[in-house]
Amino acid sequence: MLTAIITMCALAAVFGLILGFVAVKFHIEGDPVVNKVDALLPQTQCGQCGYPGCRPYAEAITKGEADINQCPPGGEATIDALADLLGVDSKPLNPENGTEAETKTVVIIDEEICIGCTLCIQACPVDAILGAAKQMHTVITDECTGCDLCIPPCPVECIYIVPVKTELTTWKWPSPDANQIPVEIQQNGTGTK
Amino acid sequence: MSSNKSKLWSFPGGLHLPGHKEISTRQAIGKNFIPSKLILPLQQHIGEPSEVIIETGDRVLKGQVIARANGYVSVPLHAPTSGVISSIEECAIPHPSGLAAPCIIIEPDNKDEWITLDKPGSYKDLDPSALRNRIRDAGIVGLGGAGFPSFIKLNPGARTAVDELVINAAECEPYITCDDMLMRELADEIIQGIRIMQHALQARRCLIGIEDNKPQAYEALSNALRESGKDTIELISIPTIYPAGGEKQLIKVLTGKESPSQGLPLDIGVVCQNVGTAQAVYQAIINGKPLISRIMTLTGEGIKQPGNHEVLIGTPVDEWIQHCGGYQDSVKQLVMGGPMMGFNLATDQLPVLKTTNCLLALNEAANSPAINAMPCIRCGACMEVCPAKLLPQQLYWQAFAKDFDKIQDYKLFDCIECGCCSYVCPSQIPLVQYYRFAKTEIWAQERDKTKSDHARDRHEFRLERLEKEKQEREERMRKKKAALQAKKGTTNEKDAKKDAIADALARVKAKQKQNPAESKNIDNLTDEQQQKINDIESRRQKQDSSTEKQPDSNKTAE
Repeated sequence: MLTAIITMCALAAVFGLILGFVAVKFHIEGDPVVNKVDALLPQTQCGQCGYPGCRPYAEAITKGEADINQCPPGGEATIDALADLLGVDSKPLNPENGTEAETKTVVIIDEEICIGCTLCIQACPVDAILGAAKQMHTVITDECTGCDLCIPPCPVECIYIVPVKTELTTWKWPSPDANQIPVEIQQNGTGTK
Repeated sequence: MSSNKSKLWSFPGGLHLPGHKEISTRQAIGKNFIPSKLILPLQQHIGEPSEVIIETGDRVLKGQVIARANGYVSVPLHAPTSGVISSIEECAIPHPSGLAAPCIIIEPDNKDEWITLDKPGSYKDLDPSALRNRIRDAGIVGLGGAGFPSFIKLNPGARTAVDELVINAAECEPYITCDDMLMRELADEIIQGIRIMQHALQARRCLIGIEDNKPQAYEALSNALRESGKDTIELISIPTIYPAGGEKQLIKVLTGKESPSQGLPLDIGVVCQNVGTAQAVYQAIINGKPLISRIMTLTGEGIKQPGNHEVLIGTPVDEWIQHCGGYQDSVKQLVMGGPMMGFNLATDQLPVLKTTNCLLALNEAANSPAINAMPCIRCGACMEVCPAKLLPQQLYWQAFAKDFDKIQDYKLFDCIECGCCSYVCPSQIPLVQYYRFAKTEIWAQERDKTKSDHARDRHEFRLERLEKEKQEREERMRKKKAALQAKKGTTNEKDAKKDAIADALARVKAKQKQNPAESKNIDNLTDEQQQKINDIESRRQKQDSSTEKQPDSNKTAE
């Protein structure tokens, strides 16, 4: 009887030590699920989802406060990826949050009109606008995520949305037009997936 | 040296295609001509576009550098003839996208005046690194089609020893004969170029793979080799099976070695170069001439006088065709490259590039897109011909379903886009187009991922910065408050003010005591004046007493 109790206590102590050690040694910073969700979001930081950025939205999704279909810049692809990650059904984009843009855009500042008020700089979530008070501002287009958050604060309406220019390095082969292929193939195609 | 001794291997799949090569091999290589203008895109190679170093209006000489290499994976661009830079602008370039790209446009002065060429003499005195620099400075890229800067391929790095240099003389695609004609006419230059490359690579041996449908070229190379003495270069005739000229396929046939999936031939100690590149290297090292022209095939049923020509890089296609007799019948399709791997040109107002090996004018639209496509019947013919041992049908389903994760499990990126699967498909499905579509989609996704990661970093940094600024501001305010608190000590604010006033008054009084102010204008007054003053004083006192009576005049009371 006594031996059994001692043995059990000893075992408990040993396992406790191992667990304690492992908890310290392999400690994970942050919430891994939030990180995974955040990694799938497009990082435009546009706030169209109703949260102040992609990470807060990721946190809300993880907590179950937000739905997965609130991200217009990510669109269908992001929703599918989120559904895949979280093991839920995919659903169409919530129209309340906006519509998926056909082409990617960035903004440019009309430097003739800009009065150098710095309001857009304060609005930019990724520090993609360069300028100083009463100096001309300009957008670093490579860094611009196309969130359009700089447009409402501009007092002189000198910020325009322009589509991202397709270059040789970013050009994509078009899909062979699916419409020209008989319908039977489409059924086959979805059937094999 | 003889082909009989060497054992040959084979690659899976492949096709026997009608060659159509005799059309363009009837006449000798046509000498170059100077067109009315030259359009030189800054990007004719894989890597960063070259950087312009001249200005509009400058006169340039033949062979002068007009754009320098920008970064490591880049090569310079040279003026193909002497003339004046008429503009530097965006022009349509031959590319499947039909997009415009920055180009330098030269108006030739027809003097064809060379710059002074720097000839090093013997290449054997130069070490491999110096050779590579010269090859780079000559703007040489792989002339087989991809256009990868050649000097990089000749730089195996310190850790990799190169066993074999494989020279690609297969020219497996139908219609194309530029390498064939080059070998027939300039075999000596090719062999010397190969020796230079072998020296640069310090390769143990060299294998030249040539398809057995080019007996004259084989003969010419064989003679050139015999004259230059017995050595480590081996000329090997291989069976004509498309795509034997694919880099990995040729290496397999000649050495039996298989390049790793998504790896480079260098990983198995092999470097592969094209015969055209070898000749360009010879010109660069022995004659000091940069790459400003190349042999190109002009062929197809739509061309009056098919043949091979030495064409200046940047020559507009229409001028070249007109120079060679023009079109015949109605041309339905203009293809740059071969019929299997080439791409359609929308117009003939486009320049030829360093990588252009062939221009094909067809009377019948051969590879029109999906219009005739029928449902896949799962016959498996595509799988049997795939030279990369892939499953084209599976790739097709995944590309069709846009499942870009799964398609990579089927090794999409090992597809060399040779077109065998599309060629044999009984349903005429444009399979290669699907693969190209999927590849560029995947690259776009990867770019987006990199960009969004970057945006996340920048956003997080911004949040961090704002937080830091806020903390600093709070810190400053706290410090200021603390300082004020310390100054006040025990007394409250009102007392402090009163004290300050009292101090000031005391100071003034002390000053007045030291030197009392005396008004000088009341000295030595006459009696009359004194009388007036007294009157005024008495009047004032009367007024004062009357104001004192008013209830709100507490100022005077105090």
